[in-house]
Amino acid sequence: MSEKLLMKGNEALAEAAIRAGLKGYFGYPITPQSELLEYLSHHLNNRGGSFLQAESELAAINMVYGAAGAGVRTMTSTSSPGYSLMQEGVSYIACAEIPCLLVNVVRGGPGLGTIQPSQGDYFQAVKGGGHGDYKLIVLAPDSVQEMADFVYLGFDLADKYLMPVLILTDGALGQMMEPVTFPDYDVEKNKVDHSSWATTGKLTSRSQNVITSLHIEAEKMEDINIHLQKKYKTIQENEVRYEAINTEDADIIIVAFGLVARVAHKAMENANKKGLKVGMIRPITLFPFPTEILLTLSKKVDQFLVVEMNAGQMVEDVRLAVNGKIPVDFYGRMGGVIPQPSEIVDKLIQMDSSKTHSK
Amino acid sequence: MPLLCNFRIQDNVIHYIFVMAKIKGHVTIRTKNCKGCDLCVHECPQDSLQLSTALNTSGYPYAVLVNDTCTGCTNCALVCPEAVITVFREGKKKPIAILSHVTENITVDITS
Amino acid sequence: MTDILIEPQHIQCENLDQMDQVWTRPVTLIDRKLHYCPGCGHSVAHRLIMETIDELNIQETTIGVAPVGCSVFAYHYMDIDMQEAAHGRATAVATGIKRVLPDRIVFTYQGDGDLAAIGTAETIHTINRGENIVIIFVNNGIYGMTGGQMAPTTLPGFVTSTSPNGRDTHTMGYPLKMAEMISVLPGAYYVTRQAVHSAKSVRKAKKAILKAFQYQMDGKGGTSFVEIVSNCPSGWKMTPVESNQYLDDEIFDFYELGDLKLPPKESKSE
Repeated sequence: MSEKLLMKGNEALAEAAIRAGLKGYFGYPITPQSELLEYLSHHLNNRGGSFLQAESELAAINMVYGAAGAGVRTMTSTSSPGYSLMQEGVSYIACAEIPCLLVNVVRGGPGLGTIQPSQGDYFQAVKGGGHGDYKLIVLAPDSVQEMADFVYLGFDLADKYLMPVLILTDGALGQMMEPVTFPDYDVEKNKVDHSSWATTGKLTSRSQNVITSLHIEAEKMEDINIHLQKKYKTIQENEVRYEAINTEDADIIIVAFGLVARVAHKAMENANKKGLKVGMIRPITLFPFPTEILLTLSKKVDQFLVVEMNAGQMVEDVRLAVNGKIPVDFYGRMGGVIPQPSEIVDKLIQMDSSKTHSK
Repeated sequence: MPLLCNFRIQDNVIHYIFVMAKIKGHVTIRTKNCKGCDLCVHECPQDSLQLSTALNTSGYPYAVLVNDTCTGCTNCALVCPEAVITVFREGKKKPIAILSHVTENITVDITS
Repeated sequence: MTDILIEPQHIQCENLDQMDQVWTRPVTLIDRKLHYCPGCGHSVAHRLIMETIDELNIQETTIGVAPVGCSVFAYHYMDIDMQEAAHGRATAVATGIKRVLPDRIVFTYQGDGDLAAIGTAETIHTINRGENIVIIFVNNGIYGMTGGQMAPTTLPGFVTSTSPNGRDTHTMGYPLKMAEMISVLPGAYYVTRQAVHSAKSVRKAKKAILKAFQYQMDGKGGTSFVEIVSNCPSGWKMTPVESNQYLDDEIFDFYELGDLKLPPKESKSE
């Protein structure tokens, strides 16, 4: 375990990536994640990796495709408009089943938007984003420490399941400075052998490795899709991660991820001080979504309140999980505005007073 | 049959070595994969190739070697998009006859 | 040529076993029926690359990047590790591979849509960075795979499915001379334009491709760019022989063959 360092979220993520054995980084500057790029440009080449500032996000994601296809730990990072540019590449990488780490430091949108934090890319991240039936494992950190921790987790999951893993964070987490410690991580021990599929040069002892997402015959393409869906099902069964706070005795459960979870946590405490019984579920993996715990809780509590920095995206997944059993309400701020705890407390009080005691 | 004469001088002997003037070559064609593009026919300097009128199993006419004047120049194989042609050529020319003349005074005048 | 009234039979050779085999298909060209149209230059280009890989003995260390276009299935014919890039992004993919595996030989194989339309930015920036890779650019002035649409390299006045009255430079712009454009970049190490329409041009093109791969192996730096001006019999609506004649009659006047840029030592000795 390293000593405790005070670091900016973006830089902590970059440092964690280097320590996790990052071999290739290809990215493009965009606010609010340019510090990640800059940190790696200073350090990666001296610490076992190769840094390149690409000419665009389009180029960057395709460089990731190439380097990751060669079987090495590769990542890119960007913000919302850049992530939109990358969707074609992400779809290719997901279909070709190549492990890599992607980071979207979300800012307000749509369009060129703002540089303030937002959660408006949830749909894009969790429902695919690019064309075709595919999913990414999506991790949502809520602190600088988690920005660092999820890099190791992300790379390990990517290598395990041969797919891209997305760290969905936001501009505030990227910019804020908090203490962080880096775990002892043995790169060599955690390295996965990808020589069976990686393009490293066809030895005479094996047949050619081809990385492609083109399968012209429909039946073959369906087989590929069936295989991908099986993989996602396994992930749904094994890799759900969430944090449950105060859920044993709660009447209302707040569901929030990332930065908003911190605000919601404060709101929960304040509301409970006022006599309400509020608990919280913080999804850590947005895919796979923690449907089961929400379904379980829906049989015990009165209402859910989903709080997000968008027009209502994760709330749809909560409603799907709850399947109409109990009301699922929503509170959101958009465009880069961060909600205050007091706003959420007001909403909770309003919900608490208007609820019907159906139990 | 045109002949070429090379000579070699060794001590006091001149050897006159007679070889065939024209190199003999041959091609084999994997007609199953030929697409009848006609490029080899046009490229052959000996007019040794023609397209068949029959069709192969893919529905294309295919190239056929129709005379024995092939010199193994490889032009056909080089332009063939399907790489179906293999080219053969007679090796280092074997002498047909060697005339050896023992003589005392040998002078060589290079006139050009 | 005489009129054929009887079916020509392939002449047999009695002393074939005494002859030397002087030419056959390269080993690394997978023995599989090519999907390209009869007479297509792509097929010859594929073969020349595999001959080069055979001769330099680099099958085990070469990684190719296939484009989107007629040659999207290049990996069906080239017995090496290959990656299929998104349309236009082959040079970015190649950059990624070369940066993390710098000791491998990396090349892209691209058509005119891939390299000169959607991929122009990636092409220019990869060469601008002087990535030590080989780019093989097959320029046939048309989009073959999608059915014969106009390409950035289509000549003025040429009729295609999206320029039914011929390319009008006022509304559709002029053809791009990619080799000229990128030869001014300092990162371009070797830039040449070749053809594969005759035995003579095939010999020259083979030499050029061999040089390009050799330069990458030498690693003195910079991108080797080999443009192959090719026919497209189907897209041009000509027979293979006619299309190669058309190259001689019209195309080479515009896309001139030859070396546009040579590495420093070579140009001094010229």
